[in-house]
Amino acid sequence: MATVTITVNGKKRSATVEDRTLLVNFLRENAGLTGTHVGCDTSQCGACVVHVDGKAVKSCTMLAAQADGAEVVTIEGLAQGGELHPVQAAFHEHHGLQCGFCTPGMIMAATDMINRYGAKLDEATIRKELDGNICRCTGYHNIVKAIKAAADAMAGTAQAAE
Amino acid sequence: MGVDGIGARVKRKEDRRFITGKGRYTDDMTAPGMGFAAFVRSPHAHAKVKSIDASAALDMPGVEAVLTGEQLVGDGVGNLICGWMIHSKDGTPMKMGAWRALEPEIVRHVGQAVAVVVADTLAQARDAAEAVVVDYEELPAVVDAVAALEPGAPQIHPEAENNLIYDWEIGDEAAVNAAFDSAKHVTSMEISNNRLVPNAMEPRAALADYDEAEEHYTLWTTSQNPHVARLVLSAFYNIAPEHKLRVIAPDVGGGFGSKIYVYPEEMVCLWASKRTGRPVKWVADRTEAFLTDAHGRDHKSHAEIALDENNRITALRVKTVANLGAYMSLFSSSVPTYLYATLLSGQYDIPAIHCNVKTVYTNTTPVDAYRGAGRPEATFLVERIMETTAREIGMDPAEFRRKNFITEFPHQTPVIMCYDSGDYNASLDAAMKAADYANFGARKAEAASRGKLRGIGMSCYIEACGIAPSQAVGSLGAGVGLWESAEVRVNPVGTIEVLTGSHSHGQGHETTFAQLVADRFGVGTDTVQIVHGDTDKVQFGMGTYGSRSGAVGMSAVVKALDKVEAKAKKLAAHLMEASEGDIVVEGGEFKVAGTDKSTPFFQLALAAYTAHNMPEGMEPGLKEGAFYDPTNFTFPAGTYICEVEVDPDTGKTEIVSFVAADDFGKIINPMIVEGQVHGGLTQGIGQALLENAAYDESGQLITASYMDYCMPRADDVPSFNLMTTETICPGNPLGMKGCGEAGAIGSPPAVINAITDAIGNNELEMPATPERVWRALQAAQPAQAAE
Ligand code: FES
Ligand code: FES
Repeated sequence: MATVTITVNGKKRSATVEDRTLLVNFLRENAGLTGTHVGCDTSQCGACVVHVDGKAVKSCTMLAAQADGAEVVTIEGLAQGGELHPVQAAFHEHHGLQCGFCTPGMIMAATDMINRYGAKLDEATIRKELDGNICRCTGYHNIVKAIKAAADAMAGTAQAAE
Repeated sequence: MGVDGIGARVKRKEDRRFITGKGRYTDDMTAPGMGFAAFVRSPHAHAKVKSIDASAALDMPGVEAVLTGEQLVGDGVGNLICGWMIHSKDGTPMKMGAWRALEPEIVRHVGQAVAVVVADTLAQARDAAEAVVVDYEELPAVVDAVAALEPGAPQIHPEAENNLIYDWEIGDEAAVNAAFDSAKHVTSMEISNNRLVPNAMEPRAALADYDEAEEHYTLWTTSQNPHVARLVLSAFYNIAPEHKLRVIAPDVGGGFGSKIYVYPEEMVCLWASKRTGRPVKWVADRTEAFLTDAHGRDHKSHAEIALDENNRITALRVKTVANLGAYMSLFSSSVPTYLYATLLSGQYDIPAIHCNVKTVYTNTTPVDAYRGAGRPEATFLVERIMETTAREIGMDPAEFRRKNFITEFPHQTPVIMCYDSGDYNASLDAAMKAADYANFGARKAEAASRGKLRGIGMSCYIEACGIAPSQAVGSLGAGVGLWESAEVRVNPVGTIEVLTGSHSHGQGHETTFAQLVADRFGVGTDTVQIVHGDTDKVQFGMGTYGSRSGAVGMSAVVKALDKVEAKAKKLAAHLMEASEGDIVVEGGEFKVAGTDKSTPFFQLALAAYTAHNMPEGMEPGLKEGAFYDPTNFTFPAGTYICEVEVDPDTGKTEIVSFVAADDFGKIINPMIVEGQVHGGLTQGIGQALLENAAYDESGQLITASYMDYCMPRADDVPSFNLMTTETICPGNPLGMKGCGEAGAIGSPPAVINAITDAIGNNELEMPATPERVWRALQAAQPAQAAE
């Protein structure tokens, strides 16, 4: 057993868990945050993507103990003060989700992608970068559109702020 | 109509919870004292279960119980059934082998459950499941349907001699043979349709809770049709009478057919909850999903088409062997028969068709409806042979199709279906224009200058949705009716709840169904709540599959709205002292035409509930229900054109453009419809290029994870170019045809026709992997390849 303390969406969460507990299980079961999903058992689908210390991570590939002391942001922590994050807003605006199961992972992966590429993100790069996230419903068309729109919107806001 | 009415691109009401992580799926549910189930599964495709020793598992920490098939059968839990009776051509009924939720005697596919462990935590349950010792005696296995029919093949069920489930036929064989005898040209080919795994991203799950005091069960589960699940669990599996069983399908993460059926695991959780006296939860991991979710397709066919001297089709003859796996899943028998052979006329005027279908048991996972269900198999066959024939006779494939199009409606095909409306030339024209078909030659030449082989392929599909009417499907063997129900409840404050038997697992019903109400009463969709997926709330319903929620589910809502409107108008006329015929509904108000008198909708609702001043004999309240049974199937159709570039060195195919022109009849929300088409196209492209459920000879599924089963990813598909043409469906009040499956039905032949065009070799099986394409290319151009 290991005692781990993780700051999840700004709140410290401690629990004593079995050594083999995955970060995704810690988030879903110990922190009660069920927005992070499990879609596979081979780290292929990306339904479980969260941010660990600012980087997108598949939370099924990491032990909770490895995240001890880390800052984790999940889909529940993305909107600030009731205001949707631009990526969330873009998924809604461009119908980038259907059943919603892949959506939290998609949005977390997209946010990280935009953080890395900014306005340089083009369709081909988005499609390549989405390689680790599977969606069975949308055919990706509107997800790609939403991410591009969010990247442009965020670049616009960044520029306006300068 | 208001801004939220029929035809508007209304953004989805349900999105907010999903994009903020607040969706509630079955795995997100908990119950006090809940235990976790883990199944003990067969590693063999075919084996005798000699003994099960649970003693070590029972000693492990946290283990509550290890339950086996013997106990299950002893407790009177019923066998799983197939609910659609098909008779062989000699009149004998299909041969249904016994399927137990936990198998005590003979396992028939890898992954079949023989026992279940219930423990305090999931990890404990899984550890203990590994410690259950099962002694198997392996039996020879067979995985290929054609091989299973051979004499001497391993026998899978004692009921089914030679593993044959039924030998069924449709159409006039003599007329077809005569047409072939006098044919000017005959094209024949072998066509196979690869086995697929549906792969909804949310794995199946169940949480079962038995309340001993009330003798009542609650089941939260990943279902597309909770009422049908309850009916089957109650009437056939003896779990509990319907009023003692509540089935809730909360947010469901995709279905595509795979969540229609009642599977062993859900039943076992219910039974285990009673046995152990605690709620029991099970969530499939992805490997379990691959091994136990009903697979799709898996046909092998021989097809022949006959032409006269004018290149008009005179007959089509098809022989199909369909692999149904180890057991007959809930609707499996209907898929390769009434959902398949009845669509073999395609968009074409074919005077005579005969189809013979043999369905077969094999030692593989059961096969049932997967997005399109039978119609993709029919469309692939028809559109591949159309393309091949055009190439053989040297005619432009578009012209050959056009020449044989059905142009008058209604059109009775020789295989049951009566097409009610359509304009196949319109969608072909639209697609050809958008694809710039005329200038393909220039693009091909340009690609050649870059060393790429460019090809173009089309598919003119037709499908049948909203499977109906109940009486007709009943006469064809269906065990259920295929109507839908709806209830419209206007609250005293004027907000509205719509209860529907349809189920949304991504289709956006919370928005589109609300649009119907907005359109009718001129209120905002934000005042409308759609209620579905709970047998305690909605009285009954048939659920969502076969693209039926629009044409059938929404029609029921329309009927209920008609009744509410009629009553409200009567009341409005009474209150405003006008005649009923003068009342019009506009912008959320009931108005007396030609006057300035009006009553807002919410006031009228309140008046119905205060009931202080009602017309003579009118009951208080404003709530109406309706059942809608369609008069016919609906027939969406369209043309898809795919353009590919093949790299001759690697055989890799890139889809460079994909145009889809669909006729879905009336469209409620174009944004949602486009999303459905995008998803369908991607699944179809997945089938054509990437996906294949492959078994080795011993019956191991060698593609049982995302490392081996190739799911389409974002960089495997292009952005799509979509458009619609419209002929109104005369069979339902909204004029809708359905859009959920078209993409998956129409796209595979367009892709394969394009690749075979590019490589100049018509022999190519799905999935057209780089290896297969490269080999086909070598076979076609040995000289060139050697250079
Ligand atoms: S659950 Fe983490 S990648 Fe699939
Ligand atoms: S929206 Fe259903 S899997 Fe992506």
